[in-house]
Formats: sequence, C-alpha cells, structure tokens
Amino acid sequence: MLGLLGAISASVLALLLVAAPATLAASPSPTPSPSNQTFQNNISGFLRDDTRAPLAGVTITAKKDDFTGTATSTENGSWNIGVPEQGTYTVELDESTLPEGITLAEGQENPRDVTFSQTSNLSVIFAFGKGIVVQQQDFGQNLLNRLVAGLSFGLLLALASVGLSLIFGTTGLTNFAHGEMVTLGAVLVFAFSAMNLPFWLAILLALLGGGLFGYAQDRGLWRPLRRRGTGLVPMMIVSIGLALAVRYVIQFYFGGATQQLPFAQSPEIQLGPVSISPNNLWSLGISAVVITIIGIVLLKTRLGKATRAVADNPALAAASGIDVDSVIRIVWITGGMLAALGGILWAYYRPGVTFDMGSAILLLIFAGVTLGGLGTVFGALIGSVIVGIFVELTTVFGLAADLKYVGALFIMIVVLLFRPQGILGRRERVG
Amino acid sequence: MDFGFILASAAGEIFSPTTAAYALAALGLAVHFGYSGLLNFGQAGFMAVGAYGFAISTLTFGVPFFLGLLIAIIASSIFALLLGIPTLRLRADYLAIVTIASAEIVRYIVTTNQLTSVTGSANGLAAFEGGFYSMNPFPEGSYFGMNNRDFFIRIVGWGLVALCCLLVWLLMRSPWGRVLKGIREDENAVRSLGKNVYAYKMQALIIGGVLGALAGMIFTLPRGAVQPANYGTELTFFLYTCLLLGGLGTVLGPVIGAMIFWVVLSLTQGILYGLIESGAVTWLNTVQAGQLRYILVGVALMLLMIFRPQGVFGNKKELAFA
Repeated sequence: MLGLLGAISASVLALLLVAAPATLAASPSPTPSPSNQTFQNNISGFLRDDTRAPLAGVTITAKKDDFTGTATSTENGSWNIGVPEQGTYTVELDESTLPEGITLAEGQENPRDVTFSQTSNLSVIFAFGKGIVVQQQDFGQNLLNRLVAGLSFGLLLALASVGLSLIFGTTGLTNFAHGEMVTLGAVLVFAFSAMNLPFWLAILLALLGGGLFGYAQDRGLWRPLRRRGTGLVPMMIVSIGLALAVRYVIQFYFGGATQQLPFAQSPEIQLGPVSISPNNLWSLGISAVVITIIGIVLLKTRLGKATRAVADNPALAAASGIDVDSVIRIVWITGGMLAALGGILWAYYRPGVTFDMGSAILLLIFAGVTLGGLGTVFGALIGSVIVGIFVELTTVFGLAADLKYVGALFIMIVVLLFRPQGILGRRERVG
Repeated sequence: MDFGFILASAAGEIFSPTTAAYALAALGLAVHFGYSGLLNFGQAGFMAVGAYGFAISTLTFGVPFFLGLLIAIIASSIFALLLGIPTLRLRADYLAIVTIASAEIVRYIVTTNQLTSVTGSANGLAAFEGGFYSMNPFPEGSYFGMNNRDFFIRIVGWGLVALCCLLVWLLMRSPWGRVLKGIREDENAVRSLGKNVYAYKMQALIIGGVLGALAGMIFTLPRGAVQPANYGTELTFFLYTCLLLGGLGTVLGPVIGAMIFWVVLSLTQGILYGLIESGAVTWLNTVQAGQLRYILVGVALMLLMIFRPQGVFGNKKELAFA
C-alpha cells in the first residue's frame, strides 16, 4: 500500500519538477534619480500608468512659503525634489506634461498638500487612469477566462476536498483543522525555499511534511479518540481546538505577513482565446492529473476498494478482513499530502502565503464537499469544481469581487434546502 | 515584573464589559448546544447582526436607543429563522457547516466596499453609542476606580447577564425546557410524544440568537465602534471554549467560563510580557506572546473536550452527545 502512495507522490513530484516555471519575473529595481544633494529632505515618488509602465518627462513642483522646487520624472518614472526643511508642501503635477492619452485617475487631488511625518523622505503617489476610462471588455472573452480560472481554482479546491471527504467517509469526522493542513503545505514550501533548498526539493519536502502531519494527527489524536469511542460532535470540537492551535503555531513561526513563493509572479499568456497565467495553467494540469490518479486508485486497486468499503461501513469492512485502522492511516496520510498540494497551488492562485490562508478557503472546501455529498469522493470533486467556477463566474455577472465567496456559500445553503444529501450523496446519510 | 499589577488587571477582567458580552453570547450557545443539542457555529454571526443592526439603525436611520435595540433583536430573530428553515431538519454536522458559513456571509457582506456608506466596510462604524451614554444616571466622578461611563456599561452589561441567566434558568426548568432537553437526548422519542420538534428547535435557535445579538451590542458599546474583523470564526470558537470551561448544560457555567477565559488570557499575557521585559524569556517577542495565548486557547479547547467535556461545573449526565 505504501508503494502506491510512493507512486502517487513520485508522479506528483515529476509533474512539479516539470512545472517549475523559469519565468522569474524580475521587476526593475527602482533607482533614485540624482537629487539635489544640498538638501536633507526629499519629496519623491514614482510615476507609473495603470499598466505599470513608467512615465518620463513629467514636471512636478513642490511649494512652501517662498521655496519652490521642480523635478522632471526620469526614464524609470522616478522623481525627487530636495527641500530645505520639513513641513507641509503643496505638490503639483503639471498635467500638460503628461504623455498623450494619460490622465490622472479620478479623485486624485492635484495640487495637494503633503506633510512630513518623522522621516526625511516623503513619498507622494499619483495614480493614473486611461484617457478613456470606459474600457469595453468583451463579455464572452471575460466569461471564458473566468471559466478557465474557475476550473483551475475548483480543481485545487478539489485536492483538499477529496482528502476531507475521504477522512469524513472513513472516520465520520468533520475535520475543521483541514484548512490548517492546507496552510501547512504552502508554509513549508516557503520555509524550505528560504533555506535555499532547490524548488523541487522544497515542494517534495512540503508534500512529505503534509503527509507526516496527517499521520501524526491520526496517530496522536484521532486514533486514541476513536478507541475511546468519543462521539462525532466532541471530535468536531476537538478539531476546532486543533485548528486554532495549529493556526497560531504557524503564525508564531511564520508571522502575520504575506509572503510569496518562488516564481509567484507570472505574466498572463494567451492560449488560443483564453488568457491565463502559466501558474494557473500548471495548477490546472497538476490537480487534474493527481485527481485522476486518486480516482483510478480508488476504483481499480485493492487499496481503493478497501477504502471505499471502510467508507461505506467500517464494521462490515472489518468483518470481511480489511484492516480498518491501516486504511484510515493511509487515508490520513494521503489527505495530508493532498491538502498540502492544494495549499501550494492555492498560494500561487491567490497569490501569497499567509498563516490563515487555509482557513480562508476551508468553508469553500466544505461547500464543495457538502454540495457533492458528504463522504463521497467523486461528489467532493464535482462539488469543488462547481464551487470554483461559481466563485469566479459571479464576478462576471456583476457581483462585487469582495463578495465572490458569499455566492458559493449561499449556493451551498440553497442546495441543502432542496437536496440535503448533496449531488452524489445518498439519502440515508442525512440524519 | 509587577505581580500586583498583573493580578489586579487579571482580576479586572472578571467584570469587564467584554467578559459580560462573552458570557451572554456563551449563554446563548448554552441554549443552542447545551440544552437543545443544536451545534451552532455561527454565534459570531448573531453577535455581528446585533451589533450592526443597532449601529446601522442608529447611524443611518437615527433611531433612538431602545428602537435600535429592538431592531437588533428583530434582525437576529430573522437571521435565526433564515438559518433554521433549511438546516434544523438536518444532522448536527450540516448545521455546524451551514451556521459557520452564514456567520461568514454576514461578515463578508458588512465588509464589502459596495455597502461602505451603510456598514463602513472594513473600517466598521463608530460614534453610535451616544444615545446609550446619555441615559447614564451616574454623574461624572470615580466609582471603584472607574469613570462614570465604564461604571455604567458594567452595570448594564452584568445586569443584562443576570437577567438573561434568570430567564434561561426559568425557561429550562419549565415544561418547554424539558421538551428541549428531551430533543437533545432523543429527538424521535419527543416527536413520538406529539411535540413539534422543529418548532421547539427554532424557538431555541431564536432565543440563543437574541442573546448573541445582545452580547454583540454589549461588546461594541464600550469600544464605541463595530468592526467586521472582530466577528470572525475565531470568536465563535472562543465562545465554545468559554462554554466548555464552565459547563454545557448549566446556566452559570457559561458566565463563569467567560470569566475564567478572560482572567487566564490576561494572566498569561501579563506574565509573558513581564518575563519578556525582564529578559527572562528571550525566545519570543511580545507579538509572539499574543499568539502563544491563542495556541493555549486551542489546546485548552481540545483538552477540555477530551478529558472533561462536562466542564468545571457541568454534570456528565447532561452530555447526551459525548
């Protein structure tokens, strides 16, 4: 059985090895323009249009009492005005020197009053918008793009959901700590990369770490609780305690900031009619292959059949000679690895690693699992893909971007109203 | 390290308005989970509905205090109805997932930029407590080392806690409460006696939810601000910790649980900060010390559930689920 796991992890690894994109987008590091060295204090900034391209040759003036300083932005868009003393200055951008078709964005105050606070350098940001603000976006194009992005998101959700669903199926536990298993994968990749390990090794170690965490959880916590005959509701509350503890242990070591994994920046590429970032494309491919492998293992191998038997009826499975405990152990290890992989892909999708990134999608994972039917693996897959696509598509149909998760959660509640067992679930599972 | 100060500030947490709010919300959870067996993981949502219901009706519609209070209560009742209709027929874990999702929906909605003019988005709302403090009967001055505002909010908060405790106690020893406990023990048995289990569950959900909404108001009044970040899922989990500390199927359990929770949090913070300042502990900084406390809460929740699920004062016979 372990050989199978090894095969899965090896194929995942192979994929990820190929996946390491060589497009480390190095953003040009801003160099300060030559400033008037006779002054201690500076007012400075960078002028970039809404496509991040630098704006050169724009004149900016700073005035205070009888002092007037002028600067012209350089090739990389930077400008710097040395000023004799701190205080409040009136900064004005000469809009007539702006390049053709570029205007200040709506609501940008010009001229504006700026005040130094404690530092000797004061940066002033001007935002720019296109001359013609209304940019007609092709609806069909947009729909297609979001559909592909949603599929990519849904499949990475499915990685975590399948693990959660397998665990629920075999042990009956609704594991609220699954979000932390997702976070762990991404955090471990970041930690191993920070140790200057090669990218592929970092990913491999993170996946192993995820599997180990799953194993340790089962061995140290859930198996003893099962032996004691602890009820499902107390176990659920224990999992909440575990989630809290692990989340803040991660924050304890990782900190509260958002970090980026290597190769996190990738410019969108055009693939036929769809524009997609290479990372999303890799994510889509990796999760599709991994899920296919899981599906094949579940349907075709002895281990898969044993797992499904345990999920169906543990007592009957035990009676027919299946080692239920070892099946559950393997499910936990696999679940941990899948969650870790999901977390790594989620870190690229967002993009960024934070200590609470897993709990941020935990409810979407639950939504996917519930939609598909608690405890059914293929239901979890279908449910997650629906949730992923739904989350991305709601923005196309006019829902505010910061509400896009609400739609998915709402749909879950509506489905429970009409089909509580979920899409592939069976009636008898509903109490 | 000044132990006197650390102890004094920890003791101060016993009667702080925040503790009162936690006690009220945990009492609501006791009605839900302890007495009715409803696994509500969205108590933070009820608190948010209460706080925002009051703040929005005061700020946007300019209603007087008591009307704002009424609106908050009605809003939380409607929220309970919306939650209960699809889920109360379902199994415990479904209810848990749906309630936690609904609480998050509430938080997402009050955070969205589209409603900034009403909800204040991520910054929240402020300056709605004037109507409350204008009723303050205590003239300015010092009351047991507090100013008149602090004293007033404590009196009101803990008065409300006492009132609600009495109410819950009376309810639970009434025939209505016995049916509720019966539902917790065996739903089908109660149903076979001809009781409408669904209606009883819904009433319990509403009562506990209203207690949560009141708690949300008590929570925001001393701060003078309501912010969506305060109503995340962690809040619900902290409330469960309070409830489990004190005891599930008890009236005073949640109150004492909330007191223990805040005293322990304050003590660990004081001692950790003291140790860091005196240089005795160098392996963590003050930010990490704050996180260490949450780790302790999580571990405490696990250990409580595993080793003493009935809590400090609970009765093991009252634990139908364990």
